[in-house]
Amino acid sequence: MPSLKDVQMKIVGIGKTKQITKAMNMVASAKLRGAQNRIECFRPYAAKYHEVLAELSRKVEGNAHPLLTEHEEKKNCAIVMITSDRGLCGSFNGNIIARGLRLAKEKTQAGMTVSFTCVGKKGRDAARAAGYAMLTSYADRMGSIDFPLASAVALEVINGFETLAFDEVWLVYGEFISMGQQPPRGFCLLPLQTPDEGKTETPESSGPQCEYLYEPQEEQLLAELLPRYVKVQIYRGLLDTSASEHAARMAAMDNATRNCNELITALTLLYNKTRQASITSELIDIVGGAEALNG
Amino acid sequence: MATLRLEVVTPDKTVVKSEVEMVVCPGVEGEFGVLSKHISLLSALKIGVLRYRISSKDEYVFISGGFADVNNNVLTVLAESAEIACDIDTARAQNARERAEKRMAVQDDTVDAARAEAALQRAIMRLNVAVRR
Repeated sequence: MPSLKDVQMKIVGIGKTKQITKAMNMVASAKLRGAQNRIECFRPYAAKYHEVLAELSRKVEGNAHPLLTEHEEKKNCAIVMITSDRGLCGSFNGNIIARGLRLAKEKTQAGMTVSFTCVGKKGRDAARAAGYAMLTSYADRMGSIDFPLASAVALEVINGFETLAFDEVWLVYGEFISMGQQPPRGFCLLPLQTPDEGKTETPESSGPQCEYLYEPQEEQLLAELLPRYVKVQIYRGLLDTSASEHAARMAAMDNATRNCNELITALTLLYNKTRQASITSELIDIVGGAEALNG
Repeated sequence: MATLRLEVVTPDKTVVKSEVEMVVCPGVEGEFGVLSKHISLLSALKIGVLRYRISSKDEYVFISGGFADVNNNVLTVLAESAEIACDIDTARAQNARERAEKRMAVQDDTVDAARAEAALQRAIMRLNVAVRR
């Protein structure tokens, strides 16, 4: 039986933990709002970009640009993995890392050498621990993501792809679907898949498709557009991961706060029981003593 | 006067979204003007100034390169960064200019000349736009 004081100390301790988890929940929710806002702001840009590129790629032959061309020999694969810098967000990072490492394993089994580029400490540590080569890692940047960061990552992989240092580049990140859903997502970044045909083949809304003027030539324009498209994709990954991280942390901290409440209820019950037990035993002592005197 | 819709979007926000009378864009093959009912056009833009006329008044926007897409009387400019004249931080641009100039002055292999030049150009253009606010 724990002493009264022990139980009381425990209750106080858990109360303090609860304060922390509650505060973290609120911070995460504020940050999530900011992150969601940025996604909203980015959406028009990304949507328009898709549209323009889809329009253009319909006009141009499939292998018009090195970034679109599949390499014949596939020996090296780079994986760009975006995770958060900090933990305490449930299984969020674990899921992304599992997805990334599974992908790495598949590629290794297919006879490729896998190397990682990581944004976020958690992914970097995991990839390193799994013994994969690390190209570059960007730590402590998830709090301040911006387009130049996406550009830096993109330029690196584009250079690698064009100089045949990698034959495939994959992007793994935490997709933000809703507050409750942040599944890891991995897709092939390079060679580029032009925006899905399905979307472009929708019934032509603007009647007879009028001919576009291109300035400069289609091929040159494509050469300008495609590298930026890689940046757009990576930026989207960064924004999504950041929003997902905060959403996951909010959920995790909400759970933690609820668990604290449960623990406090249980401990308070124990505290009261212990208190009553001690009173009862004292009473028995007193009554016993009185009986003895009377006897 | 017939108007067309102008949208200038960057990854971070939509900078301009309004009905305008005329737009002049800094295309890679020279400046071009767009009026209402322009034919569909897709053009790459260089670092420069985008000018548009709204109720007979000229407005200036700094563009760090990108694309202009004209379709159905809507002109969409996709730029990595864009700033309206009054939002430009002159002091920062001035600093950037000095930094870039210094970097260009050092002639050795450690400096990425192309990048420094682009930075310098951006700074100069920003300053050019800023004086027109």
